[in-house]
Amino acid sequence: MQGDEACAEGAIAAGCDYYAGYPITPASEIMQHICRRFAQQEGRVFIQMEDEIASIASVIGASWAGARAMTATSGPGLSLMLENIGYAIMTEVPCVVVDVQRAGPSTGQATRPAQGDFMQARWGAHGDYEIIVISPWSVQEAYEETIRAFNLADRFRVPVVLLLDEAVGHMRENMTVPAETPFYRRWKEASGAPFGGTEVPPMPAFGEGARLLVTGSTHDARGYRRTTDSQVQRQLVERLAGKILNHRDEIERTHTHFCDEDDLDVLLISFGFSARSALGAVRQARAADIRAGLLCLTTLWPFPEEAVKRWTGWAQTVLVPEMNRGQMLREIQRITPGAVGYNRTDGEVITAAEIWTAVQEMVA
Amino acid sequence: MTQATTAAILKYVRPEVFPTPFCPGCGHGILLGAILRAVDELEMDFSRMLFVSGIGCAGWIPSPHYNTDTLHVTHGRPVAFATGAKLFNPKLDVVVVSGDGDLAAIGGNHLIHAARRDTDMTVICANNLIYGMTGGQVTPTTPRGARTLTTPMGNPEPPFDLSRLVAAAGATYVARYSVWHVRPLIRSIKKALRHKGFGFIEVLSPCPTQYGRRNENPTPIGMLRALKENCVTQRRAQGMTAEELDGKTTIGEFVVPSAIESAEPD
Repeated sequence: MQGDEACAEGAIAAGCDYYAGYPITPASEIMQHICRRFAQQEGRVFIQMEDEIASIASVIGASWAGARAMTATSGPGLSLMLENIGYAIMTEVPCVVVDVQRAGPSTGQATRPAQGDFMQARWGAHGDYEIIVISPWSVQEAYEETIRAFNLADRFRVPVVLLLDEAVGHMRENMTVPAETPFYRRWKEASGAPFGGTEVPPMPAFGEGARLLVTGSTHDARGYRRTTDSQVQRQLVERLAGKILNHRDEIERTHTHFCDEDDLDVLLISFGFSARSALGAVRQARAADIRAGLLCLTTLWPFPEEAVKRWTGWAQTVLVPEMNRGQMLREIQRITPGAVGYNRTDGEVITAAEIWTAVQEMVA
Repeated sequence: MTQATTAAILKYVRPEVFPTPFCPGCGHGILLGAILRAVDELEMDFSRMLFVSGIGCAGWIPSPHYNTDTLHVTHGRPVAFATGAKLFNPKLDVVVVSGDGDLAAIGGNHLIHAARRDTDMTVICANNLIYGMTGGQVTPTTPRGARTLTTPMGNPEPPFDLSRLVAAAGATYVARYSVWHVRPLIRSIKKALRHKGFGFIEVLSPCPTQYGRRNENPTPIGMLRALKENCVTQRRAQGMTAEELDGKTTIGEFVVPSAIESAEPD
């Protein structure tokens, strides 16, 4: 199965029942697959909207109406969606936004891979906020992490961005459908305040008699605009950040390969397709008796600082391959200033061979 | 039909929202009441109604006033948000209330596409010919020659005829009235609410604060009189010359689906 299709199948398994999108390479396969599959199933709504702004807007509207809602796009579309993603942060709307990254900036190279939206996914909307960003490295993970994205979105009432890259999105490999699909049910209690009172407040749907007052303006626990009250503004911003940062253990996911505390000199840290090449380089290094290992970050934001701290503490050399100009490297250097990047921005994937060469040069 | 008293429609309003935020002489309060009177006369299940609004003075008509589900969204996007809610839960009666800047400028694309799709919702555009909240800038409906903050020498651009634009895009109920013509306006809102499909009502609403003051009509009563004098029904307009129609606005129903046609005259 293809990565994009696995993402779509993961969404269907997760109970996604509303999808709105707009065509864009290299994400269109997700929309095509969802469109075909939704048509076979009662109660799932698919619509192709007039642009990406309308896509995310209708996803948020549907989520408030009770849907598990999703849209998928690439970098240019994510740029358009960001104002409304900020709205979803502010009004605490669960939804999943898939970005199959391509080479940019601007129209760039539509069919070529990149990982240049690492920072955009985190910081793209205006204002100060926390968001969850996940990046699968395989077709298997594209399926499983899409399911996890829906559950995290409902658990924390937050948009979750799923960052694929063109290579993972268009790659085909075997996949096993897990016997059970984890499911987090949205907390809906109509009596509670929908915008405060608890860290993650209950979210009743439209039409259930909750008389919801939803606004992107600064609001109190009941939803009333409080646009000049500094205390309400501070409390809201802090709660929206805290509900993510206080639960890093539920959100962060990383995996290691050939990492052993007493047997690690060279640590590679990567994500998405680049992490696959990094694993290839680690295998070559091990075959040459170089004590190398890979830390692959599946959760990108909140940034998994603890895992990075733990493993960089054991290695003498840290190399960070990524298809951008060092966006993740900078986060790692905040923890380990000596970390070195290996970057490509030419629309080509980073190969295992070139990382292996870079490793050899570093240990020479 | 007897119109509901103010006391009778207060049950649809959140008790803690008074006083309203509108300037003295603003027409939006009349529209706020007209929508509720239409809801009341139709005996609609208010708890199943969803009001979606965008940014600007008109966005504050439903939010926070209406005591049911309200979704107050980003600038220009209420029709797109409303589309998602309606498609996912078709049992919701979805009404968008927003202004000319929100729906016709930044949100123009969503407006024409929802009209083309004939999505089952009612869109009410409170058209005050100006960006009121931000200080009085020109909008796509500001008449040619009108003075605004950003057209101090007079607006050099021609305006949209919003009703005809939305009709051309495929809306299946389209009407235009003003807050002076409140009885036909309420009848029109009732028709749009009952209509299965995309209903659009353009409601001319005076803004003495930002528009009238700059265009030699600074008083609320003067602006209401101007609406009375400058709005002509389609029937009257048919008997007028182009010269006589200059500066006038035709009101009435421009698109009426056959199912509800000629039930009530304007």
